[in-house]
Amino acid sequence: MKYVIIGNSTAAVGAVEAIRRNDRNGRIVIIGNEKYHVYSRPLISYLLLGKTDEERMKYRGDDFYSTHQCELKLGRTAQKIDVEQKCVILDNGETESYDRLLLATGSSPVVPPIPGLDKMEKKFTFTTLDDARALEEALFEGARVLILGAGLIGLKCAEGISKKKVEIICVDLSPKVLSSILDDQSSEMVRKHLEDHHIRFYLGRQVTGFEGYTAVLNDGTQIPFDVLVLAVGVRPNISLLRDAGGRTNRGILIDDHCRTSIPDIYAAGDCCESLDVSSGETKIMALLPNAYMQGECAGMNMSGVDYVFDKAIPMNAIGLFGKHIITAGTYKGDTYFESDGEHFKKLFYSDNKLNGFILIGNIEKAGIYTALIREKTPLDTIDFELICQTPGLMAFSRETRAEKLGGVVNVSVSSPIGISCAE
Amino acid sequence: MVVNCQLKRVYVNEKWCLGCHLCEYYCAFASTGEKDMARALKDIRINPRIRVEERNGISFAVSCRHCTEPLCVKGCITGALSKSGGIITVDRNRCIGCYTCILSCPYGAVSPSEDGAIQKCELCIKTHEGTPRCVSGCPNGAIVFEERGE
Amino acid sequence: MGVQYIYPEYEIVRNQERCIVCRVCERQCANEAHEYLKDSNKMVSDDAKCVNCHRCVALCPTRALKIVKSPHTFKENSNWSGKAINEIYKQAESGGVLLSSMGNPENYPVYFDKILLNASQVTNPSIDPLREPMETRVFLGAKPEKIERDEKGRLIRNLPPQIQLSMPIMFSAMSYGSISYNAHESLARAAAELGILYNTGEGGLHEDFYKYGKHTIVQVASGRFGVHKAYLNSGAAIEIKMGQGAKPGIGGHLPGEKIGRDISRTRMIPEGTDAISPAPHHDIYSIEDLRQLVYSLKEATNYEKPVIVKIAAVHNVAAIASGIARSGADMIAIDGFRGGTGAAPTRIRDHVGLPIELALASVDKRLRDEGIRNRVSIIVGGSIRSSADVVKAVALGADAVYIGTAALIALGCHLCRSCHTGKCNWGIATQREDLVKRLNPNIGYKRLVNLLTAWQHEIKEMMGGMGINSIEALKGNRLMLRGVGLNEKELEILGIKHAGE
Repeated sequence: MKYVIIGNSTAAVGAVEAIRRNDRNGRIVIIGNEKYHVYSRPLISYLLLGKTDEERMKYRGDDFYSTHQCELKLGRTAQKIDVEQKCVILDNGETESYDRLLLATGSSPVVPPIPGLDKMEKKFTFTTLDDARALEEALFEGARVLILGAGLIGLKCAEGISKKKVEIICVDLSPKVLSSILDDQSSEMVRKHLEDHHIRFYLGRQVTGFEGYTAVLNDGTQIPFDVLVLAVGVRPNISLLRDAGGRTNRGILIDDHCRTSIPDIYAAGDCCESLDVSSGETKIMALLPNAYMQGECAGMNMSGVDYVFDKAIPMNAIGLFGKHIITAGTYKGDTYFESDGEHFKKLFYSDNKLNGFILIGNIEKAGIYTALIREKTPLDTIDFELICQTPGLMAFSRETRAEKLGGVVNVSVSSPIGISCAE
Repeated sequence: MVVNCQLKRVYVNEKWCLGCHLCEYYCAFASTGEKDMARALKDIRINPRIRVEERNGISFAVSCRHCTEPLCVKGCITGALSKSGGIITVDRNRCIGCYTCILSCPYGAVSPSEDGAIQKCELCIKTHEGTPRCVSGCPNGAIVFEERGE
Repeated sequence: MGVQYIYPEYEIVRNQERCIVCRVCERQCANEAHEYLKDSNKMVSDDAKCVNCHRCVALCPTRALKIVKSPHTFKENSNWSGKAINEIYKQAESGGVLLSSMGNPENYPVYFDKILLNASQVTNPSIDPLREPMETRVFLGAKPEKIERDEKGRLIRNLPPQIQLSMPIMFSAMSYGSISYNAHESLARAAAELGILYNTGEGGLHEDFYKYGKHTIVQVASGRFGVHKAYLNSGAAIEIKMGQGAKPGIGGHLPGEKIGRDISRTRMIPEGTDAISPAPHHDIYSIEDLRQLVYSLKEATNYEKPVIVKIAAVHNVAAIASGIARSGADMIAIDGFRGGTGAAPTRIRDHVGLPIELALASVDKRLRDEGIRNRVSIIVGGSIRSSADVVKAVALGADAVYIGTAALIALGCHLCRSCHTGKCNWGIATQREDLVKRLNPNIGYKRLVNLLTAWQHEIKEMMGGMGINSIEALKGNRLMLRGVGLNEKELEILGIKHAGE
C-alpha cells in the first residue's frame, strides 16, 4: 500500500500517526511546498513575541519522519492529480503514484484587490514561518504597522509584534474585533483590553485604496504607515481536487470518513468543509484540533480501519495580552450570562442542548462545556443551572460520574472500530 | 488491529470520598520535589493537578483520565502534549499556554500553572514508589491506582 | 454561660510552623473543634470541643497537631480526684445520669497482666510453628457425654450442632445501630475471610448481610428487635443475650434519631422511635424460662443451630452458668466488667460486675466440678486486648473469646469514649452519613483480617513455646499459667500457682 499525502502540517501528521497504527509497512510519501520540518503554524506569533523558537515550534520531534518511515518531498508543489492513473504530478515534472491519496493542502491568505496594493513592497501575510520571518525583518523601532483584519490572525500578529516598539493600527470591515468568534458584548470587552495595550482600531471601515504608504478608508480617514499586514482571511486550497473533477464548494467536500467524491482520495484540515455538529451546517472550520482529528480519521480509513469523525465543532482558545478567550459552538438560542468586567461567560442553549459558549478571563474547565456541545448532552439529564455557574462533573448524575471516573476511559470523538488503544 | 493496553490508572469512587482535600495537598507536594510537606507548602496557595468537586455532601476528586482517545493531545497546537506508555505528559518547555487543551478536556482536568504553561496529572509514579501521591495520600481508598478491564 | 465549671481535659496543640492550613482538621472534626480564620489565614482550635479522638491528628499531613492532657488541675487531693469533682459539676448542671461509652477505664486490677505463660526448655521440646503443624481450629458446641457405638461397633453420630472456627476468636455482639453499616460490613467480611464468626448484636440483620450467614451469630435480646424465623435460620448460631459486661442488669436504649430508614427496617420498628431493650427478658424469670426460650429457638431452627446464652460476669456467675448449662444451651458467653458499650450509665459501667479472668476460672471450675463442662462451650469477652490474653483465657478454660473493642480499634477507634454522642469521627459508632462513609469496609475488613492473622501467628508461637500444638491441648491447661503479685485467694479462684512455685 502506498500513501501519498499532499501537505506537511497538522492534518498530515494526524494521518501519518493513524496510518502507522494500522500499517507498519506501507509507503508514505509526503509532498510539502514548505521546506521545513513540520511546525505549528499558529506559533508564528509566539515566535515574534519571543515565547518560542524555531526548535520548539516543531509540531513533532526531529525523528518523526524516520520513526514513522515517511518519504519526504519538501519544497515541491503538487500540480495535478491524474485520477485515471492514480498519480500526482509535481512541479518538477515528477509523478508520484498512489494507492490512497490525502489532500492536506490547507489554506492560503486572501489578498484583497485594493488599488495601490500591488505597488507596495512592505506588505505581508501572516500564516507561515516565512511570512513571520519576512515581517520581522521589515520591522524597525517606531514603525507604524497597519494590520488589515481584526480577526484571529490579525490580532495574534498584533500581539506577536507588540514587544517590538512599533505602533499598531488595525482596520476591519466588521464593527467589532474577533467578529467570527465573539458576540457584541464580549467583543467590546476584548477591544477595550486591546486598546489598553495600545492597539488603535478603525472598525466598521474598509481601506478603499493606498496612496503610497497611506491607507485611505471609506470614511476618508487617512492612515500613514510603514508596514502592512494582510489578515483579512484565508481561502482553502481546493484547486487540485476541483481540477481533478472532485466535488468542492468553498472547501473540499468530504464525508464523515474524510473521503472526497473521488475514490481513494481523502482530504483533511483547513482545505475542507465539514459538518459543524453544533449548528448542523457544513462549513469551513480551519482549526488545528479539527485538522488533526480529520487527518487521523482519513489516515485510519486509508489504512483500512472503518473510522468516523463526526463531532467537529468550531472552537477556539486564544490568549491576547494575558487575557484568555475560549469559545466553541454556535451562538444561538437562550443565553446564560455572567460578567464582572474582568471575566465573561455566556452560554447559548436551545432545544435541550448547549449550542455554544464564550468564556473570557476565567476559562477553567471550559472543556466540560465543549463536551456538552460535542456530545449533544440533553440538558435535562444534568443539573444545568449548576453547570452554568460552575462547570464540573458534579452536574452529572451519580451513575454518569461513576462511569466517567471509575470506568475505563474512552472519550469518543469518533467511532473507533476494532481499536481498543491509541498507542 | 487490536492492541491490548491494560494499564494502571487512577480511579475515583465518590462513595468513599470524604472531601478532605488531602489528595490536592499531596499532589501539590509531589510536584515540589521537597522532602518535608510542611516546608514545601507552608504559606503557599496550592495549585494542584487533582481537584475535588464538592457540593451538598457529595465530593470527588478529578484528575487526568489519561484517555485512550485523548482530545487534549489531538488538539494540542504545539505538540507539547503527548501520550506514551499510557501516560499523557506535557512538555512544559514547548507549551505556550494557548489552553486549547483546557477547551478540549471533557473532565476539566487540565489547568493553567503559575507560569502560564498548562499542568495536568502526569502520574507521579516514578518518584513515589509506583503509587501516585494522591492515591497513597487518600485516607479512605476513594482514589485507587489499578488495572481495570473494559 | 457565666461560670464555666469544667475546664477542657485535653488541649489541641498546633505547631504553626508546620501547619499548612489545608483545613483537613476542620473538615474532619464532627465536633467542630477546629476553625479557619480567614483574616489571618490561620487555623485555631477550641479545646472544649475536642473529645481526643485523634482524627485530626491522624489525617494532618504535616503532623502539625497533637493532643495533650491539660496541665490545668485542682488542688491535689487523693480522695477528691479532678474527675470526681467534674462529674459533680456536670450532674449539678444537668440533673442527669452520667453516660459513658466503651469499656470501664477505671484502675481495677487486670488479671491477665498478672499472669505469665510457661515455655518449654530441654525436657519437653518447644515446637516451631513454621515447621510443624499447629492447630488453632476449634469446634464450639455441646459435646456428647460418651462415645457410643451401635451393635456393629460403628460410631453413633450423636454430636449436637457445632460451629467451627479457624482460631478461638470471634467478633462480639455489636448491633447495627450502635455501630455503622460499614463497620458491620467490615466485621462480616473479615469473619468470612478468616473463617470465624461475627455477631449481629441486638439490631437484627441487614438484608445485605444475609450472604455472610455462615459466619454470623444472630442475637436475640430483650427487645427482640429484628427477630423472625428467617433471621434465626440465617446464622450459624443463635445467641440469647441476658446481660452485657458493661452494663449488667441494665437494658439498652438506642435513641430515635439514630433509627433511620435502614435501621428501622432491620429492627422492624417504626422510623424515629426509640429502640428500648428492657433490662430483663420479660418472659424469663428462671432457668426453666430460659430453657423454654432456648428450646423455642432450637425448635424454630430445626435443632440445627447451637444456642449461646450470653451473660454479664456478676458475683454468682458460676451458679448462673451452671443453670445455663442445664438449660439446654450449647454455649455460655461471659462478658467481663471491662466489656465495651455504645452507651451506658457511667456508674453502672464503672462499678458493676466482675473481672472476666476470675469469672471464667470460677465458671470453668464449677462446671467441671459438677461434671457438666462438656455440655457447654465457654466463650469469654470483656477486654481481650491481645493474642496473649487469648492464650491466657484459653488456658483458664475458655473455648473461645469474643473481641469487640480490639476489633473496633483495628477499624480506627481511638477509644475516645464518645460513642454515645453519635458523632464518631471514625465512622464506627455513628449513623451520620457523612461520618459513616469515613470507614471504607474495603480497608476496614482488611485491617481486621490483618489483626487476627497476626494474632493467630502469635498464638501459634506462644503455644509452640509451651510445647503445645493445639488449642484443644491448651484449653484449661492451668499448669501453663503462673500468677505474679496475686494473693492466695486470687490464685485459688484462678486455679493457678504463683510464679516460682
